[in-house]
Amino acid sequence: MNVVVCVKQIPDPANPGKLTSETHTIVRDGKLILDDSDAYGVEMALQLVDAAGGGEVTLVSMAPHSETSGLRTALAMGAAKAILVSDDALAGSDALSTAKVLAAAIKRAEPDLVIAATESTDGYTGTTPVQVAEVLGWPSISFAKKVAVADGTVKVDRQTETGYDSVEVSLPALVTVTAGVVEPRYPSFKGIMAAKGKPVEELKVTDLGLEPGQVGAAGARQEVVSVEPAEARKAGEIVVDEGDGYEKIVAFLEQIKVI
Amino acid sequence: MQWTDDHDRFRQAVRGVLDREVQPHVDEWEAAGIFPGHQLFKALGSAGLFGLEYDPADGGQGADHSYTVILGEELGRVGCGGIPMAISVQTDMATPSLARFGTPELKAAYLAPALRGEMVASIAVTEPDAGSDVAGLRTRAVRDGDEWVINGSKLYITNGTQADWLCLLARTSDEGGSRGMSQIVFPTSTPGFSVSRSLKKLGNRSSDTAELSFVDARVPVANTIGEIGQGFRQQMRQFQNERMIAAYSAVGAMTVALEKTAAYLKERKAFGQPLLANQYLQYSLAELSAEVDMLRHYNYACADAYLRGEDTTRFATIAKLKAGRLHRKVADTCLQFHGGAGYMEETWVSRFFRDGRLLSIGGGADEVMLRVMSVLDGFTA
Ligand SMILES: Cc1cc2nc3c(=O)[nH]c(=O)nc-3n(C[C@H](O)[C@H](O)[C@H](O)COP(=O)(O)OP(=O)(O)OC[C@H]3O[C@@H](n4cnc5c(N)ncnc54)[C@H](O)[C@@H]3O)c2cc1C
Ligand SMILES: Cc1cc2nc3c(=O)[nH]c(=O)nc-3n(C[C@H](O)[C@H](O)[C@H](O)COP(=O)(O)OP(=O)(O)OC[C@H]3O[C@@H](n4cnc5c(N)ncnc54)[C@H](O)[C@@H]3O)c2cc1C
Repeated sequence: MNVVVCVKQIPDPANPGKLTSETHTIVRDGKLILDDSDAYGVEMALQLVDAAGGGEVTLVSMAPHSETSGLRTALAMGAAKAILVSDDALAGSDALSTAKVLAAAIKRAEPDLVIAATESTDGYTGTTPVQVAEVLGWPSISFAKKVAVADGTVKVDRQTETGYDSVEVSLPALVTVTAGVVEPRYPSFKGIMAAKGKPVEELKVTDLGLEPGQVGAAGARQEVVSVEPAEARKAGEIVVDEGDGYEKIVAFLEQIKVI
Repeated sequence: MQWTDDHDRFRQAVRGVLDREVQPHVDEWEAAGIFPGHQLFKALGSAGLFGLEYDPADGGQGADHSYTVILGEELGRVGCGGIPMAISVQTDMATPSLARFGTPELKAAYLAPALRGEMVASIAVTEPDAGSDVAGLRTRAVRDGDEWVINGSKLYITNGTQADWLCLLARTSDEGGSRGMSQIVFPTSTPGFSVSRSLKKLGNRSSDTAELSFVDARVPVANTIGEIGQGFRQQMRQFQNERMIAAYSAVGAMTVALEKTAAYLKERKAFGQPLLANQYLQYSLAELSAEVDMLRHYNYACADAYLRGEDTTRFATIAKLKAGRLHRKVADTCLQFHGGAGYMEETWVSRFFRDGRLLSIGGGADEVMLRVMSVLDGFTA
């Protein structure tokens, strides 16, 4: 079984990020790393391929400046190869144009299953994967907390607010996984060295049969109009218990109408 | 030292593995006075943390020494001294000689399983009457046909209550002094072997420390590591690895301690301002940070020399000496700046203070390092 994992390469969340003043998009000048959210997808894919007894895991990523650092980390975990789409024409892409690009790249790998994270750590619109599925015309299941593949179908326990739904669709399909679906392995030294020799195919927009006008700022249906800092959290109120603490708590709860 | 993306990736991985497998359990293991060696080592072995520099044919990772520097620094960041010490015994104290001089059979039987984390190893050198003066050790292995018959005792042996095998240094001839010793892989399942005591300690409490006894314990002569009679020399070389990883870990530990102390001093207010607004406190931390940095880069110089294949006795001796002394200074300062909180068991800094004290004693006391230095630099009469 062949699985594609969408992996986003993002600025290191440990360093405070910056937005450009004109377009309000994330500055991606420095090194990009593997989004932790996608480590779960990579691990899930490796386990599924292992359970299927054959096949391989291919990574698909769209990122600026031919960035491969995050891909190498995922390759070090055990993925076999990667497709990277990097092109100046992609600057200013919104989630939909990203989805078009990813879908076109995924098609080349002819996978049985596509895995993505529920949402990325930096952009976190949580909308890209389902749009990828729509562009491909494949069924998708989001919020998977358990994934199993058998007899041409994928069975998923889909996290809900009250519990989970058991959902099953036929392959090919796309599944988004939550953190905690599996425990991602950490790459070993041997894995890191092996990753250096694994193939990363770098593509331009035109290699995918897309027109530059369909992607990037030109193709975007979304524009970030302005960015405001979030309101600072107000200091909490400290209630001193002088024997009547419970009354004060009850009064407060009544005031905010929860009891 | 040239750090690459590969090193960064490895550092992140080591940190992740330790955050997952060690960090959450430290308090529990400290309280228990022991850690589950087989369970933890299996996890770390599977993650590829053991045998970084050893030949992949022996189950090693085939990395170079720069990756050991990273392992050491990251081990130091774990919130205690005990577990890093237990792990370092497995990676850099009990196994280097076996990897260097062991026969293929011996390595397959003991090194490979240790690197997979299926066996726990100890280094057994110190005795009740011989610590600093290794040449004074008395545990004796007398040859009887194809077997060594071993009698004696070993003291303060890390991992000693749960080890599957020991890298044992014993006397194998009557030559006396440093001559006539051999290193022997000693399986602890051997009849005649027993753990006499598990010892309670000032610090490093999550690591078990034992006194071991040998009464007519028989092991094959084929378990000898390297050449019979070369044990002392081989052990002196193994000590270099021990001292290097100890110095690397110290840098990781001290760096975190200074960060944590600064964070605390920013929060804690006295006289209407954060404690860290006091220039005296700022400068004290700044100066210690500078000294830690000097040790870090001295370590890198040591590692570079080791990578070039040079003898690093002088480097390792100085690094270990300075690491021990500096750790004492850093721990004392961090504790002092925490005030009463620092004296409480529930605050990390009290453990840091207790644990770090070992660095000036274990693996050769400060004075033994100075003794080596005096000889190397000709300060003797
Ligand atoms: C204004 C703007 C400007 C942009 N400029 C650029 C640019 O210059 N260059 C560029 O490459 N991209 C650019 N992008 C695309 C952007 O980086 C995201 O890939 C895209 O918007 C998805 O957004 P998200 O992070 O909210 O994804 P989500 O929908 O939250 O992501 C969910 C999951 O989908 C997958 N996924 C999402 N994005 C990618 C990706 N890029 N590659 C692989 N898998 C992915 C991951 O598994 C991810 O966890 C831009 C986006 C915007 C909105
Ligand atoms: C927690 C812990 C774990 C240990 N783990 C191990 C282990 O796994 N395997 C193992 O083999 N050993 C282990 N040791 C033993 C350790 O290596 C010895 O304690 C150390 O080498 C010092 O030996 P000693 O205790 O016999 O001190 P002694 O030799 O009695 O020395 C006492 C003190 O005398 C001073 N001194 C010694 N020699 C000189 C000199 N020439 N000139 C001036 N002053 C001197 C020093 O200050 C020294 O601290 C461990 C010890 C501890 C505390």
